[in-house]
Amino acid sequence: MADAAVKKKMEGEAAELDAAGVHYRELNGRVRELIDKGCKEIVLNGVNGQRYIADGIASEVKIVINGVPGNDLGAFMSGPHIIVNDNAQDCVGNTMNAGKIIIKGHAGDVLGYGMRGGKLFVTGDVGYRVGIHMKSYKKQVPVIVAGGRAGDFFGEYMAGGILVLLGMGEGDRPIAGSYLGTGMHGGAIYMRGSVSDSQLGREVRVFDLEEEDRKLVAGLLEEFQADTGIDYSKIKPAEFMKLCPFSHRPYGNMYVY
Amino acid sequence: MQGSLIPNEFVVDVDHQRCRRCKRCILNCGFGVFDFQSMTTADSSKCVACHRCVMFCPEDAITITRNPLAFKEHSSWGIDSRKAIWKQAESSGMILTGMGTDLPWLNVFDHLLIDACQVTNPSIDPLREPMELRTYLGRKPDKVEIEVDDKGKPRAVNSVENNIKLETPIIFSGMSYGSVSLNTHRALAIAAQRLGTVMNTGEGGLHRELYPYKDNIIVQCASGRFGVHSEYLNAGVAVEIKIGQGAKPGIGGHLPGEKIGLEVSGTRMIPVGTDALSPAPHHDIYSIEDLRQLIYALKEATGYKPVSVKIATVHNVAAIASGIARAGADIIYLDGFRGGTGASPAVIRDHVGIPMEIALAVVDSRLRQEGIRNWVSIIAAGGIRSSADVAKAIALGADAVGVGTAALIALGCRLCQKCYTGNCSWGIATQRPELVDRLDPDWGAERLVNLINSWSLELKEILGALGINAIESLRGNRERLRALGLDSTVMEILEVKPAGV
Ligand code: SF4
Ligand code: SF4
Repeated sequence: MADAAVKKKMEGEAAELDAAGVHYRELNGRVRELIDKGCKEIVLNGVNGQRYIADGIASEVKIVINGVPGNDLGAFMSGPHIIVNDNAQDCVGNTMNAGKIIIKGHAGDVLGYGMRGGKLFVTGDVGYRVGIHMKSYKKQVPVIVAGGRAGDFFGEYMAGGILVLLGMGEGDRPIAGSYLGTGMHGGAIYMRGSVSDSQLGREVRVFDLEEEDRKLVAGLLEEFQADTGIDYSKIKPAEFMKLCPFSHRPYGNMYVY
Repeated sequence: MQGSLIPNEFVVDVDHQRCRRCKRCILNCGFGVFDFQSMTTADSSKCVACHRCVMFCPEDAITITRNPLAFKEHSSWGIDSRKAIWKQAESSGMILTGMGTDLPWLNVFDHLLIDACQVTNPSIDPLREPMELRTYLGRKPDKVEIEVDDKGKPRAVNSVENNIKLETPIIFSGMSYGSVSLNTHRALAIAAQRLGTVMNTGEGGLHRELYPYKDNIIVQCASGRFGVHSEYLNAGVAVEIKIGQGAKPGIGGHLPGEKIGLEVSGTRMIPVGTDALSPAPHHDIYSIEDLRQLIYALKEATGYKPVSVKIATVHNVAAIASGIARAGADIIYLDGFRGGTGASPAVIRDHVGIPMEIALAVVDSRLRQEGIRNWVSIIAAGGIRSSADVAKAIALGADAVGVGTAALIALGCRLCQKCYTGNCSWGIATQRPELVDRLDPDWGAERLVNLINSWSLELKEILGALGINAIESLRGNRERLRALGLDSTVMEILEVKPAGV
């Protein structure tokens, strides 16, 4: 891709790139270059499906995306603060380590797979296989909050971290699909309203919120509201239920030696 | 209630005349066989024949024998089938095992013979003439570009761009920290550096202490994504996506909570004592297109380092490999069904997958037919026991081989197949600090270096006998192999002629 294709403007520590028609490799290379030069805030305009934005970036840069970013947004990233003023596609926050991604719209499947830290906020619906195998380690506790509803396999294999599902939006679809928390052995899922037993994975049970949970949910709701600019003040932590695994070793008795 | 109906596999005998009651056996046995009550006693039922006590008894007072107990012979009901049934009748569950399959499946390597020069073409003496074992892993260009310098000397400019340079075509296969000890990882890393080859981290991350070995490390990214972060991804010369493992194709990994101590927990980045579960598939890969997506996600995260994709050899391996090459991988790692493991259900280890030798031949042929063989390097692993196996694998089409079990045997492993218990007396497949301590990484590295150097010497000898002076000339050179005792279908698949033709 020719140089001229990326129109960029850098003033002080902020920069703007026109991503329209630019291949992802070129675009991400430019973003990295700007970060190396000390840029702290990058606005990407005209993004249209470019993959791997902020992939593997380990700096605390702020990236604002205007348009729909492609798959694997923020994969393996460790620090950036990303705001998407539109929908996003699949695999956002794949194996993400730290940082924050805010999506003002819907997002696709396999969000936060193997995510180990940082936060992913989606105002709308999320697809299938969200939060699979999230895990936490010491102070690193990954969080996904989605304002809408989720597809099947929400929180499958979850080993740690927090999933919050608000279930807002039109229609009366169930808040999540089937196989909720299948194979889950750590972490917690907070959902508003109820789900039927047939939707639950075999390894999880429904619990009431304790004081501690309520505080946690209230804190996250406040942050979610501040980041997305949407008023969630009507939502009360009391409306939530909590899904947790009843063993952190679900398959401990499966073998003979 | 009646106890177990399964007779001991081995009998431990302590010669009390010789025993001087030093109790070393008690300390050395990881499986708690010995005890001392006025004299050394042994509970044979716990013995796994790991030989640690025998090697460390200063008086040679211990003998381990197979339990001679007679079973009524039966050609369909072998002793092992009977024992398996008793075991499962006693405690319901899948039988877990370690290491590669011990069933007597046909070993193709043992039916292949290597050629040599006689009269009509001269052999080469590797002691007098240079022999090239150097190997480059990664994508090779479709066409080599030649540059001529001002002195008129031509030079290939793009032939091994972005490739991994190995001084010998042998690498250490992925064995995760967690399944093996940190001292095992240390020994492998030191040896890889000294040999000019690479070790693969396996799926449990890389201990920070080993980051300085980055030029000799391939980091793995498996479905559990343990310890995978951008720093880790850049802590090696390449990244490997582990799709499958030869010993357990199609199933996930399960490192029991007992093996997740403080250090393993820190490296894997999961809490102490939880089971480390690797899902069977990567949940972001359900197709070749998805695989391509992850390959490029890793390339983007590492500044376009080579990406390897490791698969277990299964029935449709040639088509899968073609897909992997087209998905943008630089290396395909074929792990045969004889490959080792720290833990696998025995039924999977012993009955799923196909031999690496056959998979290797069909993958190499398929990629050649499609004109994309240069897009990827092939690493063959899962059953490499000697330099002869290395030479045969390379002649069948491998660029390099991976050794796991052989490396562990060099470190003292006795193939007792009890790795999943975490009690390995040799300090290899264990996290018990008192056991880990007994494996000295420098001692281990020295033995690994000796082993690979010996094999490299033997490889040069084989090349010399073949009358070729570079391992490159043996790659995929199946004309220099002959089969003995293989049926015609297998020979056809291998594209190897029978001996005498
Ligand atoms: S398990 Fe190993 S160390 Fe223990 S008695 Fe048997 S051979 Fe000796
Ligand atoms: S690594 Fe240890 S436990 Fe595993 S087979 Fe070898 S000696 Fe036995």
